[in-house]
Amino acid sequence: MTAVDNSQGARPDTVWSEPVTFMDRLPRWIGMTGLMVAFLLTWQVIHLSGLVSPIILPGPWETAQDIAFVGQNLLTGGYMLTAFWITFKEVIFGYAIALTIGFSLGIIVGEFAFGERAVLPYLVAIDTMPKVAFAPIFLAWLGFGISSKVALAAFIATFPIVVGTAAGLHASDEHARALFKTMGATRLQTLIKMKLPLALPQMFTGLKIAAVGVMAGAITGEFLGGGKGFGELIRVAASQLNTPRVFSLIIYLSLLGLALFWTVVWVERRLVFWQKSSAGGGMAQ
Amino acid sequence: MTAVHRITEATAGHHGRPVYELRGVTKSYARGNLKALDRVDLTLNEGGFASVIGPSGCGKTTLLKIMAGLVPPTGGSVYLQGTPVTGTRRDIGMMFQHATLFPWRTTIENIVLPIEIRDGRAAAKAKHADALALLDLVGLKGFEHRRPGDLSGGMAQRAAICRMLITEPAVLLLDEPFSALDELSRDFMNMELQRICMERQATAFLITHSIPEAVILSDVVYVMSPRPGTFVETVEIDLPRPRTLDMMTDRKFGEYVRHIRTHLDKGAFL
Repeated sequence: MTAVDNSQGARPDTVWSEPVTFMDRLPRWIGMTGLMVAFLLTWQVIHLSGLVSPIILPGPWETAQDIAFVGQNLLTGGYMLTAFWITFKEVIFGYAIALTIGFSLGIIVGEFAFGERAVLPYLVAIDTMPKVAFAPIFLAWLGFGISSKVALAAFIATFPIVVGTAAGLHASDEHARALFKTMGATRLQTLIKMKLPLALPQMFTGLKIAAVGVMAGAITGEFLGGGKGFGELIRVAASQLNTPRVFSLIIYLSLLGLALFWTVVWVERRLVFWQKSSAGGGMAQ
Repeated sequence: MTAVHRITEATAGHHGRPVYELRGVTKSYARGNLKALDRVDLTLNEGGFASVIGPSGCGKTTLLKIMAGLVPPTGGSVYLQGTPVTGTRRDIGMMFQHATLFPWRTTIENIVLPIEIRDGRAAAKAKHADALALLDLVGLKGFEHRRPGDLSGGMAQRAAICRMLITEPAVLLLDEPFSALDELSRDFMNMELQRICMERQATAFLITHSIPEAVILSDVVYVMSPRPGTFVETVEIDLPRPRTLDMMTDRKFGEYVRHIRTHLDKGAFL
């Protein structure tokens, strides 16, 4: 075999670069800020044009002032903080209940033949129902206090956790099962040492969907069942056509939702350290 | 089809006592009246290396599962070290196409997992020294605290070898262990497998669909044909050990390969 002769007739390097678009080079925060500025400008233009009544659509500046006002009220421990605390409790209790019931049902459905054959069909049937429609029933059963809102929030948040847990338990592949069988593992050992850890990524997908659902459940409960929470403040502000107030209340409410969501993502990153968080990671940076 | 009837039975491992004895092992499925295995006889002696080669769906995986006690046969008998196989056993080590290491465990924690399952965490901890020796044996020294995500495909299979050996099994059942690797790594890992088997005087049973792989590793190659799964030819491989990759260009090696291919063609693609 002969070596390739490179010396003869030295040709120039054929170095070339791939096309890079403008957006590829642009830092992410510039794009995001630009979009926000465009949005606020459009809003301001519509507001100034007088096309829409200021009662229906307040200007950005008015809204910003109201956001500052509500923020001050919350930070100084005003009546809004009391309302926020009530909604916070509904969300946290609702989520804790959904987690307990959802995880247990998920294990029953995902691990036991009885669960898959007898319990799952009923869960699927209930899951397809519009769950908000159950709100009047919870109000009738549990009254107008906090417990009816907790119940609705938990009810909505339970199903994604069941589905995530059960689907995750089915995620273990044939080889892992055969391996555990050859090692003579008991059913409990297989569940704890193999199936549950492998189920974690899908479980957390369910937990993240549940974190969004539990907020919707609590607020819907407050809209329909009164009480003293943040949802009630929104309802009152809307009935008084105080649109800036509605907007600012929604913003602080979404902060609660984000905090819950990011707590779940944070726990996921600690627990499922070997895998990059999917839904959260995508939304993250 | 009344296929080839009685083939004079060869035994893998010339000197040792029989480790595995299979007599007339049959597996049929009631649904579809399908016969996956038909009267399979096999004897595997201590220190021997036997392979079953056959096309996909010929029943070789079913045979391995029956030998491992993962599924029951519908006829015949399976004896391992003189006692009947009626379920999974401690004296069998198994390896699959995929390493199946668990990403939340370090390499060494993966290796002692069989001990942890059988005898608990303390016993597994006590086996760490053995695990380190095995890692050294397979050339993974220094990787004990790395997680499987850091290992290449070949390295993961080396770790799987350690996990299989940690329980000191009487026999190794190998289900196409390197078929997910690229061809270069695969040849290399086969030589590593031979070295490890020779060093530990292991008794091994391999199923594969690669003829050269079967020939280079085995004392005996069983050729299996499907529908129903049965041995149509038994080939004793008379090549000196240790075998080397260079032997694959030998005339004798080529003859073995050709001989097996002829029988595979006849049996499998009728």
